[in-house]
Amino acid sequence: MSIKTHAEAAQEFIRDEPRTDWHDETLWFVRQKRDKSVHTLPEWELLRDWASRIKNHTLSNLDHYLKSFENNAIANGIKIHWASDAEEHNRIIYKIIADNKVCKIVKSKSMLTEECHLNEYLKDRGINTLDTDLGEYIVQLRKEAPSHIVLPAIHLKRQDVSETFHEHLNTEKGNYDPQYLAASARHHLRERFIEADLAITGVNFAVAESGSFVVCTNEGNADMGVHSANIHVACMGIEKLIPKTEHLGVFLRLLARSATGQPITTYSSHFYKPRPGQQMHIVIVDNGRSRQLGRADFRNSLKCIRCAACFNTCPVYRRSGGHSYHSTVAGPIGSILNPNLDMKANSDLPFASTLCGSCSNVCPVKIDIHDQLWKWRQVVVANGYVGKAKKAGMHGAAWILSNPRIYRISGKIGRWVMRTFPFIINHPLNVWYKQREMPKAPELSFRDWFKVNQ
Amino acid sequence: MKVGLFVPCYIDQFYPGVAIATYELLKKLGCDVGFPMDQTCCGQPMANSGFSGLSKACDKNFVNNFSGFDYIVAPSGSCVLHVREHLNEGASPAEIDRIRNSVYELTEFLIDILKVTRLKASFPHRVGMHISCHGQRGLHLSSMSELVDPGFSKPEQLLNMVDGLELLKPARVDECCGFGGTFCVFEEAVSVKMGKDRIQEHLRNDVEFITGGDTSCLMHLEGILKRQGSGVKAIHLAEILNSNL
Repeated sequence: MSIKTHAEAAQEFIRDEPRTDWHDETLWFVRQKRDKSVHTLPEWELLRDWASRIKNHTLSNLDHYLKSFENNAIANGIKIHWASDAEEHNRIIYKIIADNKVCKIVKSKSMLTEECHLNEYLKDRGINTLDTDLGEYIVQLRKEAPSHIVLPAIHLKRQDVSETFHEHLNTEKGNYDPQYLAASARHHLRERFIEADLAITGVNFAVAESGSFVVCTNEGNADMGVHSANIHVACMGIEKLIPKTEHLGVFLRLLARSATGQPITTYSSHFYKPRPGQQMHIVIVDNGRSRQLGRADFRNSLKCIRCAACFNTCPVYRRSGGHSYHSTVAGPIGSILNPNLDMKANSDLPFASTLCGSCSNVCPVKIDIHDQLWKWRQVVVANGYVGKAKKAGMHGAAWILSNPRIYRISGKIGRWVMRTFPFIINHPLNVWYKQREMPKAPELSFRDWFKVNQ
Repeated sequence: MKVGLFVPCYIDQFYPGVAIATYELLKKLGCDVGFPMDQTCCGQPMANSGFSGLSKACDKNFVNNFSGFDYIVAPSGSCVLHVREHLNEGASPAEIDRIRNSVYELTEFLIDILKVTRLKASFPHRVGMHISCHGQRGLHLSSMSELVDPGFSKPEQLLNMVDGLELLKPARVDECCGFGGTFCVFEEAVSVKMGKDRIQEHLRNDVEFITGGDTSCLMHLEGILKRQGSGVKAIHLAEILNSNL
């Protein structure tokens, strides 16, 4: 089965217009919450600037900070693993599981493990991993992928959740009360936390100078898992580093405000060293990141702190849903990250944008997302990942528009055809015409008018 | 002051009224306006579709047509942004740089260069303001809802000089209309949905007209309005600023 392009999937999504409106408004509400909270900080733009500079500096000295982080973490008693790609990341985690002969695994939200398809990898080896973030838990029960990196089940209404819980958790059919549903999930999750042998978490920020790391959640599920299990495995991309603990004062303020409009995430958990009897592992993953670091035009996409503000503000994302991006990280940031991972499979994504630029404006670390979308379009086309019709159309347009005489003649003929034989233009094969009228074709172009009236 | 009137291709072909209004407005404000006859297109349609290599001939043609002017002015934020950011071919780097920096979108030219503070224009209607993204976020013609910075708007400053005009803003003041160049056909479903949603917000304000600085956005919105059988009309800012002058 071939994967649908963003345009195809979006068209299907929009077919249910009331639901599209609901999706759009729900995410717009999050954008508004973000606006409200950032406008209370006069220093907001300054914070963004600092965050951007800290990340730029870190990315420019990544080798140094990675080594420093590793040394300090090892000194703290943490075991460090390096994974060059998703496969190695999964293998390392499987080995930790197998070596310790454990099987009860809880995971708090980590987009990296999603990117590496860890759940599937472990499942193929007979190990079930339970996602404990409520949204992730819901999509896991439904065997779906998250549609948003911060709000994984944002594509679902409470009625959908109720049905899913009824099926899997035996909750009351037709009870759509969010509190009831959340409490039911909480009850089920508590049992699994208590019996967990191994907890997997992501990493929001890894601090080089201390070898420590911070995990941000609103549900406290990372802490629940880590405190109950004797083995903690934290997975991080190489770009998660910041040099100093004091830099958290910049990033923690930016992250939650950008993500949900909260001043800070409910839980910002700092992990320094394993408690007595506990094992603490960190898997540091490259998986294409160093390749992206080597792309001058795209390297600063690695500044991303995964707040998803660009998702919530994107008018295209809000009206097409996360699954239409057929990738772990959807939205505008996904559209500049994913072509690096697989250019052919993701060649449609840089085009899933009007280049309106709102994404770059909300980005707390000032990634020039819309400019990178434009640049990816050039790279994608240069690599030949473009349809024949589009290519031919562009060559035709370029030929006409490069020759003033041909341009004038084509314009005259085109407008005459539109006026005289409108049915040639106004038919369903004209994509513009499907839901929009064509502009009126005037007899005189401006040029014609100017010749007479100047 | 020699001003080269840059009329984007689709305006030349489909919306000559917008170009005429721009031309007349600039003349009445005392500019020496020239219209180079061999201009075609800035090359944006190709470049934004990933074919920037194919826009080189357009670059050269643009330079040939406009190198003799002090200022180049167009009633289109999007095309101006393209020239300012991506013009590369056809002259020495210094000349390219000069051209890039002398190209202006109409409203920024009126405010920043001509320093217009009064207009003898009258347009006694309820007008909805559509902010086009390339003019706003690209050329910074107005402040942006995402940023924490002082509010301003060059287009609004001008519209406020028009007698009788009642300016109304949609609830989401600066959301994209969904035109997006070739996006409007390659992502037709999202494009139209975005346009419909913008229109819906303007209709809630009971507007008679929707105006903006980019004919491309207006063409897209007009296409949807007409299909809906709406009486609301799309009108370019230049046409309002030039009315009754």
